[in-house]
Amino acid sequence: MGGHILPFWPCWRPDRGRRSTTLDTTRVCDNPRVMATPLAKDIIERALNVAALKGAAYADVRVVERRTETVVVKNGRVEALSLTHHAGLGVRVLLDGSWGFASNADLSVVAAEEAAAQAVAIARASALVKTRNVELAPAPVVRDVYRTPIRQDPFAVPLERKIELLLAADAGMRRVQGIEVAQSSIDLYRELKTFGSSEGSFIEQELVETGCGIEATAVREGEVQRRSYPNSVGRHTATAGWELVEEFDLPGNAERVASEAVELLSAPPCPSGVRTVILDATQVALQVHESCGHAVELDRVLGAEASFAGTSFLTPERLGRYRYGSPVVNITADATIPGGLGTFGYDDEGVPAQRTPLVREGIFVGYLTSRDTAAELRDRLRALGNPAGIDLDRLASNGTARADGWNRIPLIRMTNINLEPGPWALADLIADTDDGLYMETNKSWSIDDRRLSFQFGTEWCREIKGGKLGRVYKNATYAGNTPQFWAGCDAVCREWRIWGTPNCGKGQPMQVAHVGHGAAAARFRDVQVGLMR
Amino acid sequence: MYGEETVRRLAETILAASEADQTEVVFVGTSASLTRFANNTIHQHVAETGGEVTVRAVLGKRIGIASGNRLDADGVREIAARAVAIARLQPEDPTFVSLPAPMAWERAHSYCQATAQATPVRRAEGVATIVRRAQERGFQAFGHFSTETSELAVFSSLGTATYHAGTVAEISTVAMSDSGSGYASAVSTDVTVLDPEAIAARAVDLCARNVDQAMLPPGEYEVLLEPPAVAELLDFMAGDGFNGLAFEEQRSFMNGRLGERLLSPKVSIWDDGHDRRGLPLPFDFEGVPKRRTVFIDRGVAKEVAHDSATAARAGTLSTGHALPPPNTFGPVPVNLFMANGDARSREEMVREIERGVWVTRFWYVNLLHPLSLTLTGMTRDGTFLIEHGEVKSAVHNLRFTQSVVEALGDVRALSTDLALQRSWLGATLVPAVHLGRFTFTGATKE
Repeated sequence: MGGHILPFWPCWRPDRGRRSTTLDTTRVCDNPRVMATPLAKDIIERALNVAALKGAAYADVRVVERRTETVVVKNGRVEALSLTHHAGLGVRVLLDGSWGFASNADLSVVAAEEAAAQAVAIARASALVKTRNVELAPAPVVRDVYRTPIRQDPFAVPLERKIELLLAADAGMRRVQGIEVAQSSIDLYRELKTFGSSEGSFIEQELVETGCGIEATAVREGEVQRRSYPNSVGRHTATAGWELVEEFDLPGNAERVASEAVELLSAPPCPSGVRTVILDATQVALQVHESCGHAVELDRVLGAEASFAGTSFLTPERLGRYRYGSPVVNITADATIPGGLGTFGYDDEGVPAQRTPLVREGIFVGYLTSRDTAAELRDRLRALGNPAGIDLDRLASNGTARADGWNRIPLIRMTNINLEPGPWALADLIADTDDGLYMETNKSWSIDDRRLSFQFGTEWCREIKGGKLGRVYKNATYAGNTPQFWAGCDAVCREWRIWGTPNCGKGQPMQVAHVGHGAAAARFRDVQVGLMR
Repeated sequence: MYGEETVRRLAETILAASEADQTEVVFVGTSASLTRFANNTIHQHVAETGGEVTVRAVLGKRIGIASGNRLDADGVREIAARAVAIARLQPEDPTFVSLPAPMAWERAHSYCQATAQATPVRRAEGVATIVRRAQERGFQAFGHFSTETSELAVFSSLGTATYHAGTVAEISTVAMSDSGSGYASAVSTDVTVLDPEAIAARAVDLCARNVDQAMLPPGEYEVLLEPPAVAELLDFMAGDGFNGLAFEEQRSFMNGRLGERLLSPKVSIWDDGHDRRGLPLPFDFEGVPKRRTVFIDRGVAKEVAHDSATAARAGTLSTGHALPPPNTFGPVPVNLFMANGDARSREEMVREIERGVWVTRFWYVNLLHPLSLTLTGMTRDGTFLIEHGEVKSAVHNLRFTQSVVEALGDVRALSTDLALQRSWLGATLVPAVHLGRFTFTGATKE
């Protein structure tokens, strides 16, 4: 009940995004038109001051303002039309080797000082139960401004135009006989956040996201089938402006999507067995998310999520040595690629967005790290004798700690976790496959708490026979264990883009992160398919 | 806490300022703290305070929704104005009838002072108890201890005026060794009834027994599901089956079956926002009072949940299960209860099982098909093989793929004891359940 129910689901100019590239020097913001209000600066300064006076070894403060716009059309009527605007402050302190955090929706210096004092009291309580002191790996001191580069402000597009577009998509889907539910949506997001730390960093960011999508549900006695476009979970999202909605042309794809939903009603179920599978780019994106992205979150690896989201099989002694997949598998974390849903300027510890290899030619080589986990990893690797010969003194955060709003602490979250493109054209890959299944658009997902045993379902599946796409199957599922599955990856395509996963859940209390996955279609051998009776 | 008077004044300010034909104000206030621990250390410890207002403005048959957390007079008036402005911009919804008329409602008892005043040190001491228990056996403890106060109020221009304050305290823990793990949890409105010592003992005992796991082949087995696993299945039944929108869209397992025997006669499932064994909530997010609503009565499908929108389209009345606006998910019960049975102990239930799997909890459960409610997920934190009425060994975690409707068609026994489990928006009270058939399709292996 209460605040955990309602998800916390500011001033824009058509600038190119600005981002500091210096890592080791203090740099004063050279953009005179800063976004932070005097109040935000005051709040940060006063909260840091209280934390310092009370003995905090480190403190940071975030003032966050978030606006969203949601338009949903269903079966010819506007199902939801909603604008939200929330703001608040959060103070994080490190004291006696332990963390404390307090947050308040009241944007005032009084509330900021109270939150700082509360955070200190919480940290003192935390220190009653500890086995080691938190240490922070060094990070550059940064003073900068970052804005998502967009072409057209999505919030400035008139609501009437958005409704008209979705109604057109809706009409296109419902022209197809057999469609029970047609749903179309546009989701916009703008976050203005100001970060200040006791080390002297001061960073302002404005992040903008646009998402859109359609879903057609066909029903016939005893059967329900769904098709979605451009991606499942109702939409595709990116750090982009209105240009994304125009690119994906929802009305132009509506009839096709609806026809496919109806076709699935009379399709035979996906056969069971062990087969060669080609997954489309959107399903590869989710596969990467579940079996790699989560597995390399260092806080999970170190046990921080063990009672809830789980741990990881990619334990520290495996870093640099473990075969995660075949040599064609290369996976990279990259928070700098324009348009990626996991793209930003700085994480919520003030560490610059950057690029980190995670898997190179199939070998596991990198984690997603934060300041305290990087320091802990250094100690763990040292205790293990550093089997992969990593330069431990240079272990630092690679900028993946993000908080879902003012009232949450930063946790390690995926940025854009990308399967690097390969040489194949999808058409050629299908032609190269004698006997297999092509699966497209995720429908269900499940994986164990160590990120090993998984099962996925897709909306759409087609037989491949003699290099050609054949009949359609419904209720397609496939399952496997992560390293065996990726060992069977023998080809990656080159038609690549970053797909958005706007609903990644982690943490207690729950946090939802918006992350991206660059992917193209890929082929996997010897996959167990057809798990539904 | 904001308090009833402050919230009432805030709502009245909005209703007075609104130019809509009908206006609804939903207020949610939160004061929540959570102490999280891993590797025998408190590694995260957080607190939040805030309130939020959501306004639904109705102009004819056009609805605009705006929400925000700036709660001064100007702030809330701005939210109201925004809702009205966007209501003007859209076409009419021909299916919309009205916001709910005000109804008599009874207050529910879910506020406990001790929970509201629980301090960081109190939670830390509870965690210290759990950690000590784990350390005695050489185990690591992980989990959380949370205490929160929430306020919910719904006011409308039609006269709805409802306010509720409640508290929730919860402890969950996983004890881990190099060989295995064990889970235990408890939730209540009253922090003083949570016993960290007892919770730790359960998790530690499970962990100690969860060693030398065998690999079980895929197949159909009897299962003994502990309450956390049962509650998970019920929560899916609620969201995808008892949900009146799923029913309207023909994607519920209840479609075409109302009045028919759907499940075992041992199965009864209902929703009751006033039952003090749960986390009571007297009204829904439209201010419609909650009443005991029976979904399954001795195996027979009875009715589904409605909010005012699905009720209007179905030609019936809201059952008081509206979720926060904008709600495109549909009406969902959040105070679920399942009838218990005769089995007075777990030993008694185990003795009846020829070859089966004892499951502590499920993880990462997802829906494969709504009409049969076929789900897939994993077991975790204590999974055991039972043979000839005795626990034979621990097993590696298993993946299941199973229709819940089919599984609940063959209920062999229900425990007498019930346990409360936190759900997405509320809580579910369930027994342990022995099912005759459950399909496991794989296992975790490296």
